[in-house]
Amino acid sequence: MRDTLRGRFSFFGTPRVKKREPSPALYSTSEPAIVRRLLIAIALTFLGIFLVVPLAAVFAEALKKGFGTYLAALREPDALAAIRLTLLTTAIAVPLNLLFGVSAAWAIAKFHFPGKQVLITLIDLPFSVSPVVSGLVYVLLFGLQGWFGPWLAAHDIKIIFAIPGIVLATIFVTFPFVARELIPLMQAQGTEEEEAARVLGASGWQMFWRVTLPNIKWGLLYGVILCNARAMGEFGAVSVVSGHIRGRTNTIPLHVEILYNEYNATAAFAVASLLALLALVTLAAKSFIEWKSHERLVGR
Amino acid sequence: MKRHSVLPGFGLTLGFTLLYLSLIVLIPLSATFLKTSTIGWERFWHTVTEPRVLASYRLSFGASFIGALINAVMGLIVAWVLVRYSFPGRRLVDALVDFPFALPTAVAGITLTTLFTRTGWLGRYLEPLGIHVAFSPLGVVIALTFIGLPFVVRTVQPVLQNLDQEIEEAAVSLGAGRWETWRRVILPEVWPALLTGFALAFARAVGEYGSVVFISGNMPMKTEITTLLIITKLEQYDYAGATSIGVVMLGISFMLLLAVNLLQWWSNKRHA
Repeated sequence: MRDTLRGRFSFFGTPRVKKREPSPALYSTSEPAIVRRLLIAIALTFLGIFLVVPLAAVFAEALKKGFGTYLAALREPDALAAIRLTLLTTAIAVPLNLLFGVSAAWAIAKFHFPGKQVLITLIDLPFSVSPVVSGLVYVLLFGLQGWFGPWLAAHDIKIIFAIPGIVLATIFVTFPFVARELIPLMQAQGTEEEEAARVLGASGWQMFWRVTLPNIKWGLLYGVILCNARAMGEFGAVSVVSGHIRGRTNTIPLHVEILYNEYNATAAFAVASLLALLALVTLAAKSFIEWKSHERLVGR
Repeated sequence: MKRHSVLPGFGLTLGFTLLYLSLIVLIPLSATFLKTSTIGWERFWHTVTEPRVLASYRLSFGASFIGALINAVMGLIVAWVLVRYSFPGRRLVDALVDFPFALPTAVAGITLTTLFTRTGWLGRYLEPLGIHVAFSPLGVVIALTFIGLPFVVRTVQPVLQNLDQEIEEAAVSLGAGRWETWRRVILPEVWPALLTGFALAFARAVGEYGSVVFISGNMPMKTEITTLLIITKLEQYDYAGATSIGVVMLGISFMLLLAVNLLQWWSNKRHA
């Protein structure tokens, strides 16, 4: 609820919502049983077609030609190179955005300064920019035709159609995830606990590790998980800056695209199933964290 | 103004925040707008009003609008069912609603395409009826409905959860029927959140790329979305063209962001 109350929308829904169990239908404020059943049927049919069928289809297509073919598609050198590149990109982008998120949330939630609301809106900006445009802005900056293009070419530095461009585009599209989870959480927690730690003689770092971090750990983990899922799965932005060089600048989603366009659907779905698994793990982790932080709120 | 605080690190964290924000977001975005000024107004206008580009706006905005509308109706029903009714598997369904957010768009794209082709699980029933989803504007609508699905549910759900059931009881005791209570008491409460969810789904759909390019077939003038045109222009080394369309998209994104912020402000004011 806090997100909606504060007018900020959490991209993966609203965690830590006060969950109210549906009460058994009250005679006066519920619909007739037939209407209830009809609405449930409509909702489940819609979600069945749009969520369950596609999810099942990914794995069905991936395993269509047997488990051997499935494994072979994952063990193929280009697929392994794509997996490595995706892991590398994520390993750079997520920690940087984590550092940024904690630092932005600390400044915004614990101090008063003018222009705070503008800063929060600017941090959210990458979410409203189309992924394709996110890639484009870096091409215009670092591509051959871009502002720094000639200088970079003269010094033999490659950013666009190379790994740095992929990392930059990934950082851009996952930029707000950690910050937007932490800012409302830390604002709600206030500054008393940290102030007490300081008064009792804790150093800045002691205060951070022993007071702040334990308080924000679930929110932090939540943000990191969402950031990670998007970083590994980003397609549009990375597609613009990658150059699609097989085995060199292809991430997992780009490799899926190439396989699919080569009419190698089984291999495409085999690699895609890794990303679908990632999505499922993300959803499970998200539910677990919501349950944990809910438990914590109730426990207090 | 900055209050005198015993807490450390204000200068350091704010400094790093501003530096990182400028380097990653603000400078690249400003550079894009600056680049447009080197193109010249005439050429810019010519590019963004070409018939092929205009056709892509029609498809992108039209399909996004229809997709967001489907999500507004179905999302409201889903949120209502999840909050008010209990049925087996409710928690699982609730968790699964976020699946389109978590699934990479390229995977969504190839999966939906495979489902709706002639031999696909759903296409084999629809094609004989003359309903062509794959490689048609209808496919674009389906893909954009899929990726926008969680927005309305997740904005409406918390409002429904916090809705005071006493006002419904009051409406009933004053003689209102269930439908009248729903229309005149519940819907007005939910309305701002519903609009916000609609706007968020629409904004996301307009900029979408990955889930659409596979299912749309990408025929110029017919099933080509605007973001694809940017990529096409880039691949033809037409940087000025790509930039012009990109700036139009950026402008629209900012306007939608403003609209969403206004809607949320309105919504909060009502729930304050």
